[in-house]
Amino acid sequence: MPFYDEISTYDPQRLEDEILAKTSSEVERALATPHLRLEEFKALLSPAAANYLEPMAQRAHRLTVQRFGKTILMYAPLYLSNECSNGCRYCGFNAGNKMARRTLTLDEIATEARVLHERGFRHLLLVTGEAPKLADNKYLCAAVERLRPLFSSMSIEVYPMDRTGYAQVVTSGVDGLTLYQETYDPALYAEMHPFGKKRDYNFRLAAPEAAAAAGIRRIGIGALLGLGKFRNEGFFTGLHALYLARHYWRTHLAVSFPRMRPADGGFQPLHPVPDRDFVQLICALRLLLPDVGLVMSTRESATLRDHLLPLGITQMSAGSCTSPGGYAEHDDSGQQFVIDDDRNHREVAAMIARQGYEPVWKDWDPAFHLSD
Amino acid sequence: MDPLILAGRKFTSRLLVGTGKFSSNAAMVAAMEASGCEIVTVALRRVDIDNPKDSILAHIDRQKYLLLPNTSGARDAEEAVRLARLARAAGCEPWVKLEVTPDPFYLLPDPIETFKAAEILVKEGFIVLPYINADPVLAKRLQEIGVATVMPLGAPIGTNKGLKTREQIAIIIEQAIVPVVVDAGLGAPSHAAEAMEMGADCVLVNTALAVARDPGAMGAAFKKGVEAGREAYLAGLGEQRQQAEASSPLTGFLHR
Repeated sequence: MPFYDEISTYDPQRLEDEILAKTSSEVERALATPHLRLEEFKALLSPAAANYLEPMAQRAHRLTVQRFGKTILMYAPLYLSNECSNGCRYCGFNAGNKMARRTLTLDEIATEARVLHERGFRHLLLVTGEAPKLADNKYLCAAVERLRPLFSSMSIEVYPMDRTGYAQVVTSGVDGLTLYQETYDPALYAEMHPFGKKRDYNFRLAAPEAAAAAGIRRIGIGALLGLGKFRNEGFFTGLHALYLARHYWRTHLAVSFPRMRPADGGFQPLHPVPDRDFVQLICALRLLLPDVGLVMSTRESATLRDHLLPLGITQMSAGSCTSPGGYAEHDDSGQQFVIDDDRNHREVAAMIARQGYEPVWKDWDPAFHLSD
Repeated sequence: MDPLILAGRKFTSRLLVGTGKFSSNAAMVAAMEASGCEIVTVALRRVDIDNPKDSILAHIDRQKYLLLPNTSGARDAEEAVRLARLARAAGCEPWVKLEVTPDPFYLLPDPIETFKAAEILVKEGFIVLPYINADPVLAKRLQEIGVATVMPLGAPIGTNKGLKTREQIAIIIEQAIVPVVVDAGLGAPSHAAEAMEMGADCVLVNTALAVARDPGAMGAAFKKGVEAGREAYLAGLGEQRQQAEASSPLTGFLHR
């Protein structure tokens, strides 16, 4: 049964009502349970749990240290192209936005990658928009093959594919995928994606399954926070992760918390997620999913990232640039969104160490997927 | 303490230490030093095995410690074998802690792929230390093909729950023809002592040291736990009884 069949059994309004109706005693029971079930997860996402942020954070911290130790995996995004034929209303790369468009050549990609390699990064995330004529699988695979010798782990955050497409990128050396559903609410999804291939909610929802089946080792999911209401989106993110863990039990999972940032086009979040709700969401997901990586990008402020780190975060980016060519050319024009934490990689690594954690630059090896 | 002989090599410590999850390399070294260990295991995925300046490898004095590379992250036999060969090609001694853990959630070992990988590696001349579930039959099968130890888990990795598989480990120890290393799940020196009292030859500890407030002090505490457990085992523990035993209530008449 695909995840679509599972999520389709939920009525979003009824789910929201159930979450809103949870009481303090249900939150307390959830906090005393070793393995959360969905009803308890709902309690931790409820308004009633807002009074329990400290015990939730304490437990999230303990679980994370036990499972992941005192380490934070460092990664960096590399934007290959900002060409896009989609009309996502919230995104800076939206085809309707007049901005400098660029698709890096292989040599330009290598120049960017060398900057990140020199900074110490060995886990790389390649990012594109969706422009099949300009940045397709052939282009992506050529970039991966070119960069593979420099990096331990290569992930992609690009357009969704079917199983055949993912198998191609796996062969070229990709081991990880990040793909946000943006919103798990089909009606809102349709509203936010007025045109382009991305309009197809089901195809995007099925992509993580296709990727896992094609042999991608690490899969990151998430909802774009600010679109749908965070309690429902958080619930469905958790449900999605549990589904993938059950059906693709060899796959490492991660959840990201992309909170909307100012982007070209000036879209305002429909349901802004304030810091308190953000913390509640992170802790609730950690308690539901003790073994899943939790990712915090430079979208958030330096101060907030410093405070979120011990709550369950296991992966962080640093010194990121969200425009193609931006690392080598120090140029932010054509960026997807404005980052907030603008400290460089050294400053972030020093902050991690000051908090008693080891920044880990390498936690994978090309030998896993390259044959002798 | 009596020496430990592993694959024909003599060690004075019966505590092996893992190097993952530490808050810094300094904390890792402090735990290693205080624990008195002579064997440290390193995940090949975490290091540039070809690079002596690698931040973890540079902190491990190879004169003092036997570096035991492990294949953590391998999902099947093929990957594990490839990683082991990589370490040997980089100049490591041919020792390998074989870990095939396709399930990233509990990191439980895959018995089928572990067995396949062990067969290949033993044939290639590796000294193989396989991480296994506490399955006595699998332990015997692995011993038959020539592994150097068996390493049954006490509880899933990182759980600190202690010897949850105690009954099965007791059978493995009873039947073993190679040293038994209890690996994974030991969260306190008392757990390590318990394993050693049962007759385990040594134990491997990582998370309990790495996440301790003071990893050095915890390393020292585990050293004592292991030594106490071994000494108690050698001294011969008294039998546990459910009731106090009167002198000869049923057969006393024979002595009258």
